[in-house]
Amino acid sequence: MFDKLGERLKNIARNLSGKGRLSASQVKESMRDIRRALLEADVNLNVAQDFVSEVENEAVARKIYDSFTPAETIIQIVGEKLIGLIGKAEPLVLDKQPSSILLVGLQGSGKTTTAIKLGIFLKSKGKNPFLIPADVKRPAAFEQLRDMAERENLPYFSERLDNEVKLCKQALSRSVLKRYDTLIFDTAGRLHIDIEMLKQIKQIKETVNPSEILLVADSMTGQDAVNIAQEFENALGITGIILTKMDGDARGGAALSMRKVTGKPIKFIGIGEKVDALEVLHPERLASRILGMGDLKTLQEKAEKAVEKEEVEKFQKKIQEGKLDLEDFLGQIKQLKRIGPLDALLDMFPGGKGLKKMMDEKQMVRTEAIIQSMTPKERQNPSILDSSRRKRIASGSGTSVQDINRLLKEFKMAQKLLKQMKGRGGPAALSSFFR
Amino acid sequence: MNLRKTLQKTRDNFSKKLRNLFGKRDPKALVDFENLLIESDFGVDTAVSLVGTLEKTTPENYLSSLKKELINILNVSVGGNDYTKPIVELYVGVNGVGKTTTIGKRGWTLHGEGKKVLLASGDTFRTGAVEQLSKWGERINSDVVQSGYGADPAAVCFDAVDAAVAREIDYVLIDTAGRLHTRNDLMEEMKKIKKVLKRKREDLPQETILVVDGTTGQNALQQAKQFNEAIGITGIALTKLDGTAKGGIVVSIVNDIGIPVKYIGIGEEKGDLIPFSAEDFVTAILEE
Repeated sequence: MFDKLGERLKNIARNLSGKGRLSASQVKESMRDIRRALLEADVNLNVAQDFVSEVENEAVARKIYDSFTPAETIIQIVGEKLIGLIGKAEPLVLDKQPSSILLVGLQGSGKTTTAIKLGIFLKSKGKNPFLIPADVKRPAAFEQLRDMAERENLPYFSERLDNEVKLCKQALSRSVLKRYDTLIFDTAGRLHIDIEMLKQIKQIKETVNPSEILLVADSMTGQDAVNIAQEFENALGITGIILTKMDGDARGGAALSMRKVTGKPIKFIGIGEKVDALEVLHPERLASRILGMGDLKTLQEKAEKAVEKEEVEKFQKKIQEGKLDLEDFLGQIKQLKRIGPLDALLDMFPGGKGLKKMMDEKQMVRTEAIIQSMTPKERQNPSILDSSRRKRIASGSGTSVQDINRLLKEFKMAQKLLKQMKGRGGPAALSSFFR
Repeated sequence: MNLRKTLQKTRDNFSKKLRNLFGKRDPKALVDFENLLIESDFGVDTAVSLVGTLEKTTPENYLSSLKKELINILNVSVGGNDYTKPIVELYVGVNGVGKTTTIGKRGWTLHGEGKKVLLASGDTFRTGAVEQLSKWGERINSDVVQSGYGADPAAVCFDAVDAAVAREIDYVLIDTAGRLHTRNDLMEEMKKIKKVLKRKREDLPQETILVVDGTTGQNALQQAKQFNEAIGITGIALTKLDGTAKGGIVVSIVNDIGIPVKYIGIGEEKGDLIPFSAEDFVTAILEE
């Protein structure tokens, strides 16, 4: 089965938690994982390799080896670069009167279905579209477009001609008479290496002078996507890409390849057989798809965690200076809660058994409540906590004075522990644990 | 069109590079060989495993052992063909892979062999599908069993078998609607078609052919797995090999699932569907 990049990245993150800084081989390994995941998503080999080396360079530039949250940094870079590569959603350019849209692509990529979807989309935007079945080659291509257009109440060019170029010309003059403002030409499927067929589409292009030439491409396309896109681009100069059949489980990496080699935007994504199943591009969504992540939220959360890096560094400095206060303690408890089951972690930690009781999950909730009921001054300097202050905090946090006494005792213990560990490589181990 | 000529582009891109690489007689060339396989849609796993095979031999034997290994993988023994008339072939696959065209071409071949062919349009969903199949019916002088848009495809298949028995038909070729393997409802519909055919006669359909687009990447493996799990595939028709795509994923499919490739589509003309032979195919790809 496909290992999803998202899962792989999460694994990297998991493997690294508690290990502190990255080694060069770990970086290499994660770059290999990213490359593999991209290849499994059908991103072209060269595109994938370029991408990975860019990620690696950027990671080094962001001082990945010094980072306390290396996995998060890598994930953030991958997400940023991927979204950058996918590009922004760009609207259709319909600058003529009437404007023509030429749909081109290989056989079976979904041009006819897309033509209907585009017609419905444009109509919903207040346009007056006109469909032209310009495929006289495939048996019943005309009937397919006609039946769908009739069902959706979209006007179409119903004359039958053997010559596509003439057909397009006639359709164009008809549209002027009827005052259609947008013409959608559904052309025959053709291979990107079929010289005769490419010559024909060039003639059509010259005849209709289109505002948009959209390459309709199957999201399941493999490594050949680069050749297909490149050849259509060379022959016609496309203006954008429509990615079809994204309602399946194809990861759609081909889109990345096509975008990269042509530099042309991905304008729409087909997400089903229903006639309204056409979406404008959402770069984040496509990026999540290629990465194999359910949504990009995870990615963003990971990225946000990287921001906490500064906090971690501040914390480590405090430990080294022996100035840990209850404020830091609270911050660490909050972070710890995110890591998950603590027992196993604490066992690996020198002196962890002493802390274990304090870090007990239920106990942690109580500890958090207590510290939150303190004033900032009290948190920074627990020694000022006299009995009246303790009573106030107990009633504020729904605990007892004994609970507060216990916490303060444990906190003192932890401070003592930290001092003992100082100079033995202890603080580094502790801070990586607290990350 | 013949196989050699059609695969010209593939050979230009694949065989020439391969010969260049192997010509170096250097084990280091295997890194580039792995990349070449990936660029040909073999997928990372299969590429790594083929490199592993070549690592066991010496550089001068790379080409011959690659040929041997590929033929070995692609040569899946097929059971006996002593079928009882009518022989029912069910064609399935995702959208736009070329099911109807493949059926048309297959019908053309059988027609040329003097067989009586009946086409059945089990695609009651896509508009124009019935017309498309009917046009093929005219070309190859076959009747087409059909029903209206939105009709139950299983019922069409049921009628087709009845008609075939009554008219002493040799082959019934059933077209089905394109369906993504992730669509549960449509996969269930397909199971029903098979069940109805089985109820008609236990040995029907004798062939269930998964049509795979040769330009498809790694997703083709998922398609094959899911379709096979749902209804049991007996063979693969690999289409659109007249472009620059190498169809390398088919090696992974055959290797993983053990379903043989039966036909390859190498063009849009009536005669452009040829029976697959591992030996011929591998030779055509690897030769100069």
